[in-house]
Amino acid sequence: MSILVNKETRLLIQGITGNEGLFHTEQMLNYKTNIVAGVTPGKGGDWVLNGKVPVFDSVQTAVEVTGANASVIFVPAKYVGDAIFEAVDAEIPLVVCITEGAPIQDMMRVKQYLSSRRTRLIGPNCPGLLTPGESKVGIIPGNIAIPGNIGVVSRSGTLTYEVLYALQQNGMGVSTCVGIGGDPVKGLNFVECLELFEADARTDAIVMIGEIGGNDEEKAANFISAEMTKPVVAFIAGISAPPGKRMGHAGALIEGSSGTAQSKIEALQSIGVKIARYPEEIPGIIAL
Amino acid sequence: MKLQEYQSKILFTMYGIPVPNGRIAESISEVKQISEELGGMVVIKAQVLTGGRGKAGGVRIAKTISEAEEYAGQILGNKINGLLVRKVLVDEIVSIDKEIYLSIANDRNTQKPVLMASSFGGMEIEEVSRNNPERIIKRVIDPLLGLRDYQLRDVAINIDLDRSYWQDFSNIINQLWKVYVDSDASLVEINPLVITSEKKLIALDAKIVLDDNALFRHPNLSDFRDKNAEPPTEIQGRKIGVSFIKMEGNIGCLVNGAGLAMATMDIIKELGGEAANFLDIGGGANAKKVEDSLRLILSDEKVKAILINVFGGITRCDEVARGILSAFKELQTKIPVVVRLVGTNDEEGLHLLEGSELIPAKSLHEAAAIAVRKAAEVAA
Repeated sequence: MSILVNKETRLLIQGITGNEGLFHTEQMLNYKTNIVAGVTPGKGGDWVLNGKVPVFDSVQTAVEVTGANASVIFVPAKYVGDAIFEAVDAEIPLVVCITEGAPIQDMMRVKQYLSSRRTRLIGPNCPGLLTPGESKVGIIPGNIAIPGNIGVVSRSGTLTYEVLYALQQNGMGVSTCVGIGGDPVKGLNFVECLELFEADARTDAIVMIGEIGGNDEEKAANFISAEMTKPVVAFIAGISAPPGKRMGHAGALIEGSSGTAQSKIEALQSIGVKIARYPEEIPGIIAL
Repeated sequence: MKLQEYQSKILFTMYGIPVPNGRIAESISEVKQISEELGGMVVIKAQVLTGGRGKAGGVRIAKTISEAEEYAGQILGNKINGLLVRKVLVDEIVSIDKEIYLSIANDRNTQKPVLMASSFGGMEIEEVSRNNPERIIKRVIDPLLGLRDYQLRDVAINIDLDRSYWQDFSNIINQLWKVYVDSDASLVEINPLVITSEKKLIALDAKIVLDDNALFRHPNLSDFRDKNAEPPTEIQGRKIGVSFIKMEGNIGCLVNGAGLAMATMDIIKELGGEAANFLDIGGGANAKKVEDSLRLILSDEKVKAILINVFGGITRCDEVARGILSAFKELQTKIPVVVRLVGTNDEEGLHLLEGSELIPAKSLHEAAAIAVRKAAEVAA
């Protein structure tokens, strides 16, 4: 068991012929991810990576021919909205959007559309998913995590890798790592991801990596307190961040008095979640 | 990206949202001329991107043309909340019967646009939200359907707006929604929307914040960017393709990834130091970008040590190390630099750094501890 992706995942790559798309497709193939198709409008009929992956003009055709059940999106930001709509209309159950910089109103329209559909969206602006030893969907380096019983969920990219690496260095394995992304309007959120980990038989503990901006961590604290039996360890980035400045991620912005790292840490600590002061401290806290 | 009030009013005018007669001025003589055209009584408003302009002396009502010149002289070329005033908006005076608050904003909580209105206009909405939250009417907008007519009536009823104004009020909200959608705004705000003694609705102030991610769709609006309103280092950061924010400390930071950059600054603080900047170099830390970034960091004379933290992942650390080395050959700095590289080929990368002045570190904690110590030594 694991969450969201596993050996059964039949992956389709939207934007497979772009630089990023092609590079990461190769990385995912090297990880033995089951990649069944790519989509680039206008390039249908081609094969990429030495004939390993067929390219289609549309997601609908790719799904009909290959039975793809998940899609990962690498298209440029201005096409992200359309790419997600296309995947949703082709009824792909899981869509993971790696692209950074999607216009927020586009994402609000996508989100509203998704509310009446069955597709689950991860991202945008996220590193994707990794179920070690089974499937890598996105850009998380495969060599920094080993299979195990810890679920990882994060709003960040390289900070997530830092945590995976620290776990690996301490011999701790991961069930699934989920990068939910750094944008204010996004698909899967902390609460939904924690819910999946709580229900997953292979996950025994969860590491949650949050950051300044919004109140998703506070909502997660409420959920953990009310619904969760498994232990959660958290790290919140941005304790030194000034208000009113967007710290790289569109979502990492302290507005007024809300969204500070301090308020998130307090909300989590008050319900018994242990907080790491820096990423390398996490393995030691889990071991306790 | 925030627009200045006068820029927001240009957009409002294009959409038929009434604003007071007025024009922008950059000199006292222009203020005089506009005041004469508007009949003497004017309000002079500093065009700076800060809240609380009025309290800081940036908004003055002049009863005569000579008063207008006097106030313009006091505002132009001076600082309001630390920001230099280069332009003032000179608007006609409007007689006010009632002030309303009106806005449409991206709401992170519902992940949808939200329409907000209040009969408590003309004051800081945060203050109203604290003291009289029941006086703020919020209505969630379906981003696919847009505003419904009943929602407009509903808002008008709930802010006790007299029926005679419903039509004008609805028109203004509908146009405001169009401004919001067409310009990819994250906030469009009128505070206050006034009812004049002539029973007209006028947007006395205007605030628009645009979504930076969507500026590619609006080249005409990108031209509104006020380069003077931003710190030069942040503009330089954008030019070289990194995300840079200046901070108060003395340890320069160069990190790949926004979250990791924040975590790096946090641990520096945890260990008793203070970061001089936030810098996310993004993916592909090539030699040129590393060099440009280091130049940017070193342009701050306060910097006493530099911490480079790159989590390679798929990026090869030996390539990053070569980039750092070539950058340093160019820069010739005496400031201690701590380098931490993790990821593919990290052993090889650290090996390459041997024999250089660069100080290698294995963990983030170790790297930060060395940087904090070195900065303290250099400062002493």
